[in-house]
Amino acid sequence: MTVTAATATRGLVEITGVRKSFGAAEVLKGVSLTIEPGGVAVIVGPSGSGKSTLLRTINHLEKVDGGHISIDGTLVGYEVRGGRLHELREKDILKQRTEIGMVFQNFNLFPHLTALENVAEAPVVAQRPGKARPSKEEAKRRGLELLDRVGLKDRADAYPRQLSGGQQQRVAIARALALDPKILLFDEPTSALDPELVNEVLDVIRELATSGTTLIIVTHEMGFARDVADTVVFMDQGQIVEQGTPQEIFTNPQEPRTRSFFSKVLEPAFNI
Amino acid sequence: MDYSGYPVVAARHPWRWVGTAAVALGVLAVAWSLATNPRWEWGVVAQWFTAQSVINGLLETLKLTAISGLLGFVLGFILALMRLSASPLLVSASWTFSWIFRSTPLLVQMLLWYNLGYLYEKISLGIPFTDVRFFEVQTTTLISQFAAAVLGLTLNQAAYSAEIIRGGLLSVDQGQLEAAAALGIPAWRRSTRIVLPQAMRAILPTAFNEIIGLVKGTSIVYVLAYSELFYTVQVIYNRTQQVLPLLLVATLWYVVITSVLSVFQYYIERHYSKGAVRNLPLTPWQKARKFFATHAVANRTRSL
Ligand SMILES: Nc1ncnc2c1ncn2[C@@H]1O[C@H](COP(=O)(O)OP(=O)(O)OP(=O)(O)O)[C@@H](O)[C@H]1O
Ligand SMILES: [Mg+2]
Repeated sequence: MTVTAATATRGLVEITGVRKSFGAAEVLKGVSLTIEPGGVAVIVGPSGSGKSTLLRTINHLEKVDGGHISIDGTLVGYEVRGGRLHELREKDILKQRTEIGMVFQNFNLFPHLTALENVAEAPVVAQRPGKARPSKEEAKRRGLELLDRVGLKDRADAYPRQLSGGQQQRVAIARALALDPKILLFDEPTSALDPELVNEVLDVIRELATSGTTLIIVTHEMGFARDVADTVVFMDQGQIVEQGTPQEIFTNPQEPRTRSFFSKVLEPAFNI
Repeated sequence: MDYSGYPVVAARHPWRWVGTAAVALGVLAVAWSLATNPRWEWGVVAQWFTAQSVINGLLETLKLTAISGLLGFVLGFILALMRLSASPLLVSASWTFSWIFRSTPLLVQMLLWYNLGYLYEKISLGIPFTDVRFFEVQTTTLISQFAAAVLGLTLNQAAYSAEIIRGGLLSVDQGQLEAAAALGIPAWRRSTRIVLPQAMRAILPTAFNEIIGLVKGTSIVYVLAYSELFYTVQVIYNRTQQVLPLLLVATLWYVVITSVLSVFQYYIERHYSKGAVRNLPLTPWQKARKFFATHAVANRTRSL
């Protein structure tokens, strides 16, 4: 994969020693991970291993209890002043989030807004670092472009409930792209879809993978992971057990836990 | 097998027609008794129905309902947001407000507001615990009958609508807020543009209940001798002794207002169901047209 000069400085994600507990249960036990700008990291692992939680800490939907996360060297959710970490105010957190798009398992489209309104809403009202807010018309025009990019230009005026699951997820991707994020987070983007709809969404993500945006994807689609990932990260019980290229992780895992996980989830035909 | 030449016969619903006939008969009987019993004194009703004093009273009722309904729901929305906020101070302030205004009788609130001048002679704006005053008025000039009525009705309405709105907001999926927050949409916009429109579906039926209740509830301002519809009618029948027909005048006006509100309710609810249902239901108007289009020629056949 080629990384062009223009995008090379965008979207470096550094996760350092991140801890997170819910009550007594420690869900993330010191996770560290670096994802290069424009890189595609796929996180896999058993249910409850903390994948979603890790993803949600990256855009500060979940506050960390320890460690820190930075994007292009800027801390997420905190500011360093006088040798201390000051928690950011809501307004500044929202600003940071515009650089980190998120696509949810159950789409979370706004059901009372049309596909185009869903895509054009945030750019008009969200404050973005170093960018002016576009006019409504401009946002709509750009929204149509994005819907076109995910193959849904002709459904711009449909409401989410009038769209198939796959189409809804493609709108959700267009909505996340509308803010020009440096990083896109996908939390099991195809898990709520019928098998025949999975590919239309994966194709859109595949296309994004070559666009220079950093992608972090949690998925159970192992074939897709092997195709698209630069780095595959295997998580279990709140820790990163093993990470490497798809080749290394899928065909030659080092850790017994990784091996036993893949022996369960990979169909034999794939596991040659 | 080729069915293309077969005519289609619409399904018949004979029991629907029986039911319709039974209901129509009942309605007819009631209407007949209303029309023919002379004690209803329809002539008197007609005479007073559009009398200037009654119309003035009606306008006062509408004014009180509109103002305290609107202010009540706006304040209720703010109270609901406070109650759902993360700040313990705002939560308890909102809770206390609802607690106080839901536990005191409206009648008492109304009289207290009106007699505020007795409790506090002057109302002033200044720095607490000092003698600095920016502004000071006699309470009695500030709290007129109208002000006391609006204040009482609004605050009481706000306490109830806060709970209705809170219930509506809670019914919206948490994922919606999360998605909006992830997109960097500011908090106020999140509430008004993303959550509230979706909550409206849950809020509207109860809210219209409240508004319709308020139309008649405004009659409580008779304790302030405020001449809204009901008080006006009472004044008239105390003079003329035509109690029943004048009560009928007021009732008919309440029926008219409620009917108009119900029509509004229907269309507003329909508006907010956009996107919540796959396809919008037909309006009664469209339904009627469809009914006549299909039933007028019930035996008409069409080919597949
Ligand atoms: N808000 C919360 N409160 C309490 N526990 C939570 C909360 N969110 C997640 N957990 C717990 O944290 C653990 C990790 O959850 P997480 O959703 O990150 O897992 P996951 O790897 O995404 O699993 P899956 O593949 O099933 O989505 C689970 O045991 C879950 O029950
Ligand atoms: Mg998950």
